[in-house]
This record gives sequence, C-alpha cells and structure tokens, in this order.
Amino acid sequence: MNKRMSYIFSELVFIGPMFLIFTVIVLVPFILGINYSFTSWNGVSINVDYIGLDNYIKVLGDHKFMKAVWFTTRFTAMSVILSNVLALGLAILLTKPLKGVKIFRVIFFLPNVISGLLLGFIWQFIFVKGFASIGEITNIGFFQLPWLGTEATAFWALIIVTIWRTSGYLMIIYVATILNVPKELREAAVIDGTTEMQYTRFVMFPMIKSAFTVCIFLSISWAFKMFDLNFSLTKGGPFNSSVSMALDIYNEAFKLNHFGLGEAKAIVFFVLVAFISLIQVWSTKRNEVEA
Amino acid sequence: MKKFRMSLVSIGLILLAIIFLSPFYFIIVNAVKDQKEILVNPAALPIKVTFQNFINVWEIIKFPRAFTNSFIITVFSTAGIVVLSSMTAYRITRVKSRFHQLLFSVFIASMVIPFQSIMLPLVKVIADLNMSNSYVGLIICYFGFGSPLAIFLYSGFVNSIPKTVEEAAIIDGCSTLGVFIKVVFPLMAPMTATVVILNTLWIWNDFLMPSLLLQSQELKTIPLEINNFFSMYTKKWDLAIAGLAMAISPMIIFFLALQKYIVSGIVAGSVKG
Repeated sequence: MNKRMSYIFSELVFIGPMFLIFTVIVLVPFILGINYSFTSWNGVSINVDYIGLDNYIKVLGDHKFMKAVWFTTRFTAMSVILSNVLALGLAILLTKPLKGVKIFRVIFFLPNVISGLLLGFIWQFIFVKGFASIGEITNIGFFQLPWLGTEATAFWALIIVTIWRTSGYLMIIYVATILNVPKELREAAVIDGTTEMQYTRFVMFPMIKSAFTVCIFLSISWAFKMFDLNFSLTKGGPFNSSVSMALDIYNEAFKLNHFGLGEAKAIVFFVLVAFISLIQVWSTKRNEVEA
Repeated sequence: MKKFRMSLVSIGLILLAIIFLSPFYFIIVNAVKDQKEILVNPAALPIKVTFQNFINVWEIIKFPRAFTNSFIITVFSTAGIVVLSSMTAYRITRVKSRFHQLLFSVFIASMVIPFQSIMLPLVKVIADLNMSNSYVGLIICYFGFGSPLAIFLYSGFVNSIPKTVEEAAIIDGCSTLGVFIKVVFPLMAPMTATVVILNTLWIWNDFLMPSLLLQSQELKTIPLEINNFFSMYTKKWDLAIAGLAMAISPMIIFFLALQKYIVSGIVAGSVKG
C-alpha cells in the first residue's frame, strides 16, 4: 500500500463513520428544515407547495409565537439571574472551612440528575397538593396561592423549579473555579487588612471571571430552550400564558399539523439561539484577552 | 464572634438543604400511602405503610421493560459517541489539513442548532431510512447530536498528549489504528469519563427525541412510560407518586454511587465547553 492510499484509508476509518452519521442526522435535516420553512408542508402529504416567505410573514404576525418569545425572554432573564446568584452564594459559603461542605454540595446538586419531565410531574403534585396542605397547617399565604392556576404564579412556579434544578450544577462550576484561586492572594489580602467583602468583590470575582461567563451562558441556553419541564409542569397553561418557544414550535407542528409554519418558527428560534451563542464566543474571547 | 457567624452560616445551609430535599420527602412519604390518605394530608408521615402502589404501578408502567429500554439506548448511544468522536477528534487534531479544519469548524458550529430546529425533518429522514420505531434509529440520532461536544472535548485533550509517545509506538511497528487503540485511547481515559457522564445524564433523561422516534409500546423508555401514565390517569396520585419514585431512583442511585466522578466530570466538561 502506498502512502496516499494509506492516508485515504486512515481518513475513512477514523472520520468516515462519524462524517456519514453527522451528515445524515444533523446537516441534511438542517438544510431540509430551511427548505420546508418555505412550504405549506403538513407532515403527511407527498406534494409540498412552495409559498415563499408566507410562513415567515405569518410568524411575525403570530400572536401566540410573539407571546412565547416574550414569555421565554422574561423566563430566561429571571431564572438566569436568580439561579446564578444562589449558585454563587452557595459556592462562596461551601468553599469555606465548614463541616460537611461535601454533603451540602451533593444535596444541592441532586435535583440535576433527574429528567426535567419527571421533575415537572413531581412538582405538579407539590404545587397542587403539597403546598395546599402546608398552607392549611401553617396559614402562610405563600403556600395558599393557586400556584398552577394563575398566569403570574405559573410563571413563578416554573422559575422556582428551574432554580431548584439548575443552581447545584452552576454551583459546582463556581466551586471548582473558586478553589483554583491561589491561596497566596487571600494571605496577601489578609495582611493588607481587606475585609471579607472587599476580598470577595475585588480579588475573588476578577479571578473567577471565566466561571461567570460559563455559568451565565449555560443557564441562558437551558432557560431559552426549556421544553420538558414546561411540557409536564404547566403544559403551557393557564390560558397559554406559559408557553415557551420550544413548546410553541412543538404544538404548531404536532398538535396543529402546520409543519411548514412550525419549521419557520424553528428557524427563527435557531437564529435567536445562534445570536446568543455569538455573543458568548465574543465575550469569552474578550475575557481571554484581558486575562 | 467569628465562630458564632460560622455556625449561623451552617444553620442557614442546613435549612436550605432541607428545602432542597423537601420534594423528595413528599415523594417518599406519599409513595407508601393509599389514595385517601394522600388527599387528606400529603405533608404528614404515613399512618399506614403500604407497598401496594409499587406493585400496581410496576405492572402499569412496565417498569422492567422501560428500564431495559432506557438502559440499552443509553449504553449503546454513549459507547458509540465515545468511539466515533474520540477517533474523529484524534485524526482531525493530529493530522493538519484544510479539510480537517473545516470539519472541526462545522462540528463546533453545529452545537448551536437547537433540537427543535431540526426535529421535523429528522423524523422524516429517519422514516425514509426505515429506521423509525427502532433502537437503531434513535441510537444513531444520539451519535449525531452527542458527538460535536465530545469531539470538542477530546480534541482539546489530544493537544495535551505529547507526540513522542505515538512516534515511539510507530517505530515499534504499530499501524495508525494500532497506535490509537493501544496508546492514545487509553491516555484519553479522563476525558472519556467526562464524555460518558455528560451523555449518560442527557440520554437517560431525554424525553422529546425518543417520544418522536419511538411509537411502539415495547420500546418506550422510562420518561415515555411516565408521560403515558400521566396522560391516562390524571388524578391517581397514589399510583403516580409511586411511579415517579420508581422512575427517579435509578438515576439517584447512579449519582450517589459515582458522585465524585460525576462532579469532576461536569467540571471538566463545562470549563472547556
């Protein structure tokens, strides 16, 4: 076997299978998807009519979709802020010489290993039955709210479960980064007489910048693409007030059989996600330059 | 003073830990109550412990079958992702060429695509290939979606392996594939652990993709069976809670047994991702 043959042979063995599968599973559907977004395809019929930009014009005027965009944006902003604040707070406490920090870390991480779909069903029971009975016993107003019954509380129900689920994961990343901050910095800060607050704000935070970027974008991406939890906890209700973009795309395609329109929404969704990712790449690069 | 503050912090953490664990408390105590007792007082400890719920729901959600399906799909998908992406990452990182650079960029860029954006045509592609409603079709989809991140992680790792090790093996008469199998792949073990953990958590818990690609009852995974159950029995909380307890236990056991590795795997995976 000559050199060229053996090069091609290696390419085929090492890359061939992956390349083939990736093309069939990701690239082809992606291109087909863009194509379908210009058609009136309903998922079943064989003849597909091209209708130009009609679907995209419909998407922009689609009241449900715009509502979903707004809901997803509010949900993302709120859950990203709250889960990162809690995660960072926990990480700062759990890197101190306290008893049982390892056990605490395990407890706070635990919700994360369970499927979002199952968590939604579990919390459905807690919001409907569990909270109501705690409310009866303690008479605390918080537990007596009709949690899944009104627009405002359903929104917060999703936020509560999301914080409960994701904070532990983010905490783990913050903990690992905080533990990497050189000990000499703390010793120097102590000698200089800085307070705990000053040390955290002016010494630790700049040192863990990379963790901020990773955690914030990770939680944005989870929240923005929320589906399972939405599907099982609120099902988008009450009165379609809590439908995320991902759930709206699903409903458009599989409940109403508007595959073409659903795919157009999905492409808009892709563009938004890609835009967020571009900001992430840009801000990661900027951090690296500074560091 | 400092000691006092620290014990206040500890008490705060303990309270928060109790709040974090309370959903599990609700599941455990209500799984062993009958329907009437659940409705009367879901927050209390059970008066009369019964395991009948578990026996009933074991049959309804076909737990052994659902567990086996989840297990087969998770193991084969994860194994495939490890093999395919470690080989690809090794080749495109070690052998520099325009094509490899382009390929790497395409893999990385594809991580941006949300599943919803390709799910509709994907269902059609899988149907056209005659692979819908089968383990194989679903597993191949996981190969496609799981590999880009794995390739990214492996590729960063390959750069940290000194080339001299491989050169020595080649001098000893190893083929390219031999070098990979005998020398490089074993060195990749820490990254393989990360890839296995991240993908196991994702695939075992995934709902949307299997729900679109698996229709027959025999193939349903645990999340699909539970979803089925909830759409059929809406108010049967006694069975539902026992079913949920059963459904979450494999992952909780998996996590508690391997928590050290899982936590460090996640850190390794996210710091680079």
